[in-house]
Amino acid sequence: MIATQPIIQLAGVNKWFGKFHVLKDVDLEIARGERIVVCGPSGSGKSTLIRCINRLEEHQEGRIVVDGIELTEELRATERIRSEVGMVFQQFNLFPHLTVLENVALGPQYVLSEPRKQAEARAQQQLERVRIGDQAAKYPGQLSGGQQQRVAIARALCMRPKVMLFDEPTSALDPEMVKEVLDVMLELATEGMTMVVVTHEMGFARSVADRVIFMDDGRIVEQNPPAEFFANPRHERLRDFLAKVLPR
Amino acid sequence: MPAMAAQAAPSSGARLPPARKRGAWAWLRANLFATVPSTIATVVFVAAIVRALPRVVRWAFTGAVYSADYEACRALEYHAACWGFVTEKYRLILFGRYPYQEQWRPLVATVLVLAALGVSAHPRAWRRWLVVVWAVVLPAFLVLMGGGILGLTRVETGLWGGLPLTVLLTLIGVSASIPLGIVLALGRRSHLPFARGASTLYIELVRGVPLITVLFVASFVFPLVMPRGFRIDVLTRIAAGITLFQAAYMAEVVRGGLQALPRGQYEAAASIGLGWWQTQRRVILPQALVLVIPSFVNSLLSTFMDTSLVTVVSMYDLTGALRLSLGDPQWRNFFLEGYLFVGAVYFVFCFGMSRYSAWLERRLGRWTLRPGAARA
Repeated sequence: MIATQPIIQLAGVNKWFGKFHVLKDVDLEIARGERIVVCGPSGSGKSTLIRCINRLEEHQEGRIVVDGIELTEELRATERIRSEVGMVFQQFNLFPHLTVLENVALGPQYVLSEPRKQAEARAQQQLERVRIGDQAAKYPGQLSGGQQQRVAIARALCMRPKVMLFDEPTSALDPEMVKEVLDVMLELATEGMTMVVVTHEMGFARSVADRVIFMDDGRIVEQNPPAEFFANPRHERLRDFLAKVLPR
Repeated sequence: MPAMAAQAAPSSGARLPPARKRGAWAWLRANLFATVPSTIATVVFVAAIVRALPRVVRWAFTGAVYSADYEACRALEYHAACWGFVTEKYRLILFGRYPYQEQWRPLVATVLVLAALGVSAHPRAWRRWLVVVWAVVLPAFLVLMGGGILGLTRVETGLWGGLPLTVLLTLIGVSASIPLGIVLALGRRSHLPFARGASTLYIELVRGVPLITVLFVASFVFPLVMPRGFRIDVLTRIAAGITLFQAAYMAEVVRGGLQALPRGQYEAAASIGLGWWQTQRRVILPQALVLVIPSFVNSLLSTFMDTSLVTVVSMYDLTGALRLSLGDPQWRNFFLEGYLFVGAVYFVFCFGMSRYSAWLERRLGRWTLRPGAARA
């Protein structure tokens, strides 16, 4: 019963920034273990959409239910959802005053109330998992962009999340560092993590996604498994978009 | 080390930078005689120093009178310094009206507090035992100064003065106003209307009032409006006044640091489920407070010197005690020497604090290092 229930449900979600209508009647259900890639032109609302899932943005209409808990103004529920939903940002957003290990151990230590030794041991494991265990004692400012983003992934994973949200995780990286981050994400997908990824990396979408979602002007315009999505785009706007982002 | 290896490896094509020109001559050329205007400026300043230096040395040192010999000082006719004034009055200047026979007490108390400050200065000492240290040192200071127990004669706080008073007021003023300022700053940035309104009102009100007024109110007005029989010691009232005054400024200093942090830090903290308090405690404040160390030190130094204002309420800090000693008609013409002496004491403290803050900034700000700088 629970296994068949979607882990994320959005129904009739609307959101405005001031008078600007960013999300328009968004309906979306994501199953456990499903990998979703969200794409679309800038300003289409894709980042806002996933930021609503852990309530970094508040929606004004509609319902968002994550793992059976509805997101409301109730703070406890929000904090609980956030500890179960990991997020990786375009700008990494590591804590510059903490070492890499402390960055990753912070959540387990102060949100999950684990003893420090245990939190740091698990943090070290997560760093090994993203192949950066040897940098644990450094500060984020001493790492390359790709390394920082992998630390950010480890930081999110260390909370043992049920869902991982990626907000353009490779957009701020130099081209030669994109692959090391995508490889880590690919491994995560193979391990069965539920993932929602906003990205322009169409290669990643093609090989990893179960479903690709195209957003434009605050609406979900089209969604399909990647084969269908790329081979037979039905809407004109999606065809234009693909023509711009896919290498000829 | 890997960087060194890379530099030494001939295959990578990397070379060491060209050797910098060294030596005194190269330094002089680069810094003092690089251009014609620079050369002119150098010559003018060196000439001025060469002309003035012997006179300064003669006035301050070689020609000066050091013993408390009034006749010898008069004979100088102000052509040289009469340090005899300081020799005669230094205990009054340093300890104010504190009973002469008992002045070992403020001396020991002040040394104790300064030693505790020295220990507290190193980040390695920022552990729980430091609280214990201060829980012993502060009461010890108050007992030594105030007496009344342990066979020490009682000395009213109104008689405390000089350097111990300056140090005590600064210590209390700064250490109590920082936490208060942090709370006010967080309050002013809060989403809760009451917290924000109250903090903003407090900060703006207090910043609109001069310190001297606060001291007057604490000293003279407060006792009048309090119910009969309700007495708070004058020193406590003054210390509280300075603290509450300083807190408003500290709050704005801290708020500046909070505003300098990018939104991403809050979002990242939220995304791993940290609550508001934990976010402030673990992520925001540790960064914001290091950013504002220079402004903190500004406030620290100005508090240190603003304590002189307590003379208006008949308490005699270092400056006030100097004025007391200038009340002696025989010596009152040697005020310049007196002010130089007090100025030197202030300078030692302030310069020490500013060097310390620069060191602390570097140490706590290690994380601001960029990859290249980290290896240097």
